[in-house]
Amino acid sequence: MSNGKWNAFVTPLVGDNPITLQVLGVCSALAVTKTLATALIMSAAVISVITVSSGAISLIRHHMPRNVRLIIQITIIATLVIVVDQVLKAFAYSLSKQLSVFVGLIVTNCIILGRAEAFAMRNRVPESVLDGLGNGMGYAWILIVVGAVRELFGAGTLLGFVVLQTTTMGGWYPPAALMLLPPSAFFIIGFLIWVIRTWKPEQVEKSEFRIQPDAERGNMP
Amino acid sequence: MIRAFRFLADPLKARLAASPPVPVATQGSVHVRDAFSLAAAVRWQVLALAPCLFMAFYNTGLQANLTMERLKIAAAAGWRGGMIDALGTGYDPLGFWSAVIHGGLYFIPLFVVVALSALFWEQVFAKMRNRTLSEGLLVLILLFVLLLPPSIPLWQAALGISFGIVIGREIFGGAGKYVLHPVLVGLAFLYVTYPAEMVIESNWVMVDAFSKPTYLSLAAQQRPEALAWVATPWELSFLGLVPGALGTTSTLACFLGAAVLLYAGAASGRVMAGMALGMTATAVLFNTLGGDAYSGMAFYWHLTLGSFAFGAVFLATDQTTAAMTDRGRWIYGLLIGFLVVLIRVANMHHPDGVMFAILLGNIFAPLIDYLVVRANIRRRVKRHAA
Repeated sequence: MSNGKWNAFVTPLVGDNPITLQVLGVCSALAVTKTLATALIMSAAVISVITVSSGAISLIRHHMPRNVRLIIQITIIATLVIVVDQVLKAFAYSLSKQLSVFVGLIVTNCIILGRAEAFAMRNRVPESVLDGLGNGMGYAWILIVVGAVRELFGAGTLLGFVVLQTTTMGGWYPPAALMLLPPSAFFIIGFLIWVIRTWKPEQVEKSEFRIQPDAERGNMP
Repeated sequence: MIRAFRFLADPLKARLAASPPVPVATQGSVHVRDAFSLAAAVRWQVLALAPCLFMAFYNTGLQANLTMERLKIAAAAGWRGGMIDALGTGYDPLGFWSAVIHGGLYFIPLFVVVALSALFWEQVFAKMRNRTLSEGLLVLILLFVLLLPPSIPLWQAALGISFGIVIGREIFGGAGKYVLHPVLVGLAFLYVTYPAEMVIESNWVMVDAFSKPTYLSLAAQQRPEALAWVATPWELSFLGLVPGALGTTSTLACFLGAAVLLYAGAASGRVMAGMALGMTATAVLFNTLGGDAYSGMAFYWHLTLGSFAFGAVFLATDQTTAAMTDRGRWIYGLLIGFLVVLIRVANMHHPDGVMFAILLGNIFAPLIDYLVVRANIRRRVKRHAA
């Protein structure tokens, strides 16, 4: 694989991650990560939609009139989302019920349209497919980490299997109810961003002002 | 093991070495000659909390002893029973020392655990940022412990203060830079994460296998005995000799604290007065509108029940999170007072709305200040228009 293609795939995983650096797609990351199973299904759905849509849009990029390109992109994405939604309803009905509107809302996921506009419109098909796949994976691993943490500490299970015996089931672990509420995903994603930026300090934004060290604060103790 | 943690001691040592007794004039371009520093404000706040601290010892033990007498329980279970036996103070509900010792056995472990957790996180961040330990930690620790129910497990208290210090305070840059009151952030975290231990309907009197709801929860649930708060003498509730959180039951103790804070200038009277006014106006409004039993509750009951007085005096007045303009402080107080009654009456899941009301007030405080400043500029422009 050439260097450009490899970069198109690898960069979005951590270096230019859609959630932790671009802070896109956070809405669905809050909504579908209550359990690991829904996070996995959502990840698979987004990966398939973004990979195919990036490829398809890149394929016809020279034939799209500029002033209607957004309409065409959204039509392609929406078609793919409907297909994914129907597949889920056919083969994983109960999980599709749990995900409710959020599969349909993949249409409005900024990551997918963002990659179509920013990358697929000006790159060849193989790079676009790999870029879509990479961004999908970058989105997916964050979702899976958040989903695993939330299910483990909120319900004591992973994929439905009991890991920590909760007090309600006669065990020792008092479940943390906060983890089952969407705001907990904010905290977990925030901590993930913290960890990643400690690892890769080049992601840290320039600070708007500098906190004075103690010695410069006059005589304040 | 000890060496691994020794690095944590440096900021504390620097803190102890670096507090001059009386600050002198500033050296920079701004000339300030004032002995009132942040450190001085903190000392006054600790002094103002003394009456509430006393109630945390006395009332917690008193409620436990009273209930034990009613249920004919001879001795407390576990290590507390052993300690009381060793000290020989007994469980006399009318005795002073029996109550103080019994209550202290609930307060002191919580205080130690919360203080150690808070100190640990402050040290970690102080070390990371190469700064001295910030002021005001003792006040945060005391406020947090006083707001806890006595029955809370120690590890939950540690988790709550850790969340409050890290997420509520240090992430924003430490003392003077946070947006929401760290103590309330920690408390809200516990309230949402472990509702069984925190929500007020649960057992706040410390006797095994006995559950006595507080007056607020009775009113909120509108059970047949819902009017229990009417049958209780209001004076008792004002003095704080009722079940509740460790140190927030006594309105009188909070008033004493308010007097100290106002004398020292360490808290804004406008916030306190605004909150009382907003609460009274909203309570009267609900009284006239009528409805269920809770909306008929008089304003002086709203004042004494739950943590209203404690919140008005010690939490809403926090210098960092409250509004900074004089007019803004009135609006901020009125807003919180209104929200407290609204949350109490309209939402029966939160019989004591003080915590959420103050957090919401904290969120609106910068906006209130901004609007007050803008209005002032507009007024002056108009006045000096040619």
